[in-house]
Amino acid sequence: MQSNHFGGEKLLTINRRMFIIGAAKFVVFTGIIIRLFSLQITENKKYRTLSDKNRLREWRLPPVRGEFLDYFGNVVAGNLKVYQLHVVPEQVENFKSLMLRLKELLNLSDKQFNKIIKKKNSQKSWETLIVSDNLTWEQFTKINFFLHELTGAKPVLSVSRDYPLSENYTHVLGYVSMASEKDILNNEVIKNNHVPGLRVGKTGLEKSFENDLIGSNGVQRYEVNAYGKRINQIDHEEGTQGKTIKLTIDTEVQKLSNELLKDVAGSISVMDIYTGDIIAMHSSPSFDPNLFLFGISQDDWQLIRNNPLKPLVNKTLSGLYSPGSTIKPIVALSALENDVVSTKFKVNCTGKTEMYGQTYHCWKKKGHGVVDLKNAMKVSCDTYFYEIARKLGVDRLKQTALKFGLGERVLNEIYSNEKKGLVPDTQWKKNALGKGWVIGETLITGIGQGYIQTTPLQLCLMTAQLANGGYKIYPKITSSNDDVPFEVIKSQIDENYKNFTESKKGLTEASEQLLSFIKEKKHQPLFRNPENIKFIQNAMFVSTNEVRGTSYSSRIKDPKYQFAGKTGTSQVKRITERERELDLKTIEIPYNERDHALYVAFGPYKNPRYALSVLVEHGGSGSVAAAPMAKKLFKLIIDRHEEREKIRKEKLLKI
Amino acid sequence: MQFNSISSEQTIFQKFMNFDFILLFCIFLLGVIGSFAMYSTDGGELLFHSKSHISKFLVFFPMMIILSFFNIRFWHYTAYIFYVIVLILLIWASLYGVKASGSQRWVDLYFINLQPSELMKVAIIVCLARYYHRVQLDKVNSFQNLLTAIVILILPMMLVISQPDLGTSILIALSGLVVIWLTGLNIKYFLYSFFSLLISAPFAIAFLQDYQKLRILTFLNPDRDPLGAGYQIIQSKIAVGSGGFTGKGFLKGTQSYLEFLPEKHTDFIFTLFAEEHGFLGSLGLLIIYITLIYRVIRIGSISRSFFAKLYCYGFGSAIFFYITVNMSMVLGLLPIVGSPLPLLSYGGSSMLATMIGFAIVMSAKINHKQLIA
Repeated sequence: MQSNHFGGEKLLTINRRMFIIGAAKFVVFTGIIIRLFSLQITENKKYRTLSDKNRLREWRLPPVRGEFLDYFGNVVAGNLKVYQLHVVPEQVENFKSLMLRLKELLNLSDKQFNKIIKKKNSQKSWETLIVSDNLTWEQFTKINFFLHELTGAKPVLSVSRDYPLSENYTHVLGYVSMASEKDILNNEVIKNNHVPGLRVGKTGLEKSFENDLIGSNGVQRYEVNAYGKRINQIDHEEGTQGKTIKLTIDTEVQKLSNELLKDVAGSISVMDIYTGDIIAMHSSPSFDPNLFLFGISQDDWQLIRNNPLKPLVNKTLSGLYSPGSTIKPIVALSALENDVVSTKFKVNCTGKTEMYGQTYHCWKKKGHGVVDLKNAMKVSCDTYFYEIARKLGVDRLKQTALKFGLGERVLNEIYSNEKKGLVPDTQWKKNALGKGWVIGETLITGIGQGYIQTTPLQLCLMTAQLANGGYKIYPKITSSNDDVPFEVIKSQIDENYKNFTESKKGLTEASEQLLSFIKEKKHQPLFRNPENIKFIQNAMFVSTNEVRGTSYSSRIKDPKYQFAGKTGTSQVKRITERERELDLKTIEIPYNERDHALYVAFGPYKNPRYALSVLVEHGGSGSVAAAPMAKKLFKLIIDRHEEREKIRKEKLLKI
Repeated sequence: MQFNSISSEQTIFQKFMNFDFILLFCIFLLGVIGSFAMYSTDGGELLFHSKSHISKFLVFFPMMIILSFFNIRFWHYTAYIFYVIVLILLIWASLYGVKASGSQRWVDLYFINLQPSELMKVAIIVCLARYYHRVQLDKVNSFQNLLTAIVILILPMMLVISQPDLGTSILIALSGLVVIWLTGLNIKYFLYSFFSLLISAPFAIAFLQDYQKLRILTFLNPDRDPLGAGYQIIQSKIAVGSGGFTGKGFLKGTQSYLEFLPEKHTDFIFTLFAEEHGFLGSLGLLIIYITLIYRVIRIGSISRSFFAKLYCYGFGSAIFFYITVNMSMVLGLLPIVGSPLPLLSYGGSSMLATMIGFAIVMSAKINHKQLIA
């Protein structure tokens, strides 16, 4: 037998050893099952997440930017379909040869080509490289035709900002351009919606309303394989377009402003004196914001940057000017309000006045003779204003000026580049310059020179608040359905007036209650005596509509359009005695030393509704350079009034 | 030749009735599972891998049945010849072999690219079983016998390592060692060699190829280079782990379908299976394998001849090694070494070798009462 032959012990050994192996097998298999259990059951969630992370990839589509409409619903900043060419370098086998082929097809210059290569080297290989962000139709079809030999190149239909009114709205809207790293870092919303090539607002409303305008990404979720190739689309989420923002601006008036300021540096602002709607706001010269969409060329950029008229500065908001004689209504009002003078107060103007050895000149060498307040406003007699400013003092003047909106930003947070301006007082000088206030400085502040600095928009607001009878208004440039309607504002003002006159009648207890009540209410009166406001309004009227008034030549006789205004000529530098003797014409003075021409006005006089301010940098005299523009503007503004009311009422009905 | 000994007189029908049908069924089931898994690796289409795998199974499964009718003595008789032929093929492969992905392990036989190292996994067991069939227990530990056994084992190992194919040579070594262990070699030798291996390990590492060193480092910490060397093991664990209890469903394994899994046809086939069929499926597959091994061992235990017993025990344990090394590897329990999962992984040579191995087991079952002089 076998067992005999080999021995039973051998059999025993093999079976015993097999048993040991069997036990080992049991242990090992148990170990594998435990491992399977821990991976598939215990840690299943973790690995399932990892697996999904592996296979799902999101593609974010650029959000469609919200539009800007003017008051009448016309698109002033819209979106345009553009054809673009994208390349993801990672997905291209031979990047260099592809680029050379594209260069040939698109007729790229060496400079453009190098720029693209440089851009490619600066970004990650999986990031989309935008070879061209605005292909012509011809280029687009050409690319599509050769697409089979251009693996990795993706012609894309995209949307881009479009400013149909080019330079007309530049300073209102600002412009958009490629989001910079800083933009992305500083704004969470941009960061969350960013895709390569995204345009974001760089200045103006485009910037301040970025978070509303940007919209949200569309998202395409794809299942991808290990090489990142899209296998199939899992879902598609439509993005939402950014909010449409409606402006208070009337494009027609805006266009006229642009035309009027053609070839000069300056600013025009027009405002509704009740609602605070800004009807036009233009700074000249302007530039075409469309240039910035696809990266501005070096030549264009130099042209804009080196223009001595400074197109990049929004003069309406960030230009600081001495208000010149346009401050006189406020000086006069302040003097009346503080009972420093009565309207009957007279001064004999001889052309100059002396104080502490210093001579202060009136603009009219020969002098105006004996003038009262109204006449002084009408002919803009400097001597008269020196006198009342001296009596008033700069501190009390400041109080009135601040009430009417000087020294403070008009549109608050909306424009980051808006300036506050400066209304000086004795305290300010001590703090800022460390010197005591000199009485002579009060005199020149009284004619809007010296330290005082205002923006054209502030002057417009000031005029508007004088025109509406002296009530505070809240300027705005965007319009929405929540706007307080004109009628409500008007009735509020009437109510405020009623409360005001009642409280004046003496019921002290009740009046104090009412006063505190008024304070909480909007559109509070800015005056102590409404008669004073009426007087100022009338003084401005005669300044424009009576013979010898400074802007008489720009008047409109038709009561429908008739307006009242005040000219201003602000000196840029001190006039020397010699220059005064020479009495040069504006044209004979070097451009940078010429006076700024200003004009503020409101109309129609009978039932005022609009106020405006015009500034022409180095334009010379206000009555010559600025006031005639107001005439043309009022004509258009008042003609457009009916249209504007129609839109407004439609809006009211909709609510 | 002693084919006509009385006890082996069985008709073809009798022989067939003596088949181990449970074992046969397990093999068939694994073949079917393998075919479906291959179909899944092809993305749910009958493409190259699935077609090739199925046709190979359709050839090799009947071949196994036919080979099973050979008497166990035939295998005993031809054991050395079998070993020598495979050894020659190994030498052939290292001289004139077909190169692929950096190693030279295939012999072009015109109709099939044969990988002799796979056949050696079986041949080594047959050969050592034959060798120890005659050696008496007290002679097992003799120096001469030990040396012969070691030479039989070392020769093919060296050839396979030089291909280079560390995985297969380890499996050959394990298969050989388990046979030597079963014959009753003194445990102290195993302990000695284990300790000397441990001591020489640092020196051995110096001789490893760069990629092999990297694999060991990667095994110790897969996250050290998740996109490079650690990629395979991380993706494999993700696939298995994301399968969960019931799996993602047949043809729905995203990890493999989206090509995150490397080598999914061959070494990582279990990963795909575990991803698609989950813990339940994996457990089922393991049970089939355990049944398979149990049947093989059982046949060994009822075999009257020492050769058949030794072979069955050896082969059963070898199958166990193939499975556990492969599974431990894809589950991140062992470093990555190339080792297919028997009957599931793609590869003709592996399937051929496995089928031959089972044919001998089946022959041992049919002739379990047979004695070999």
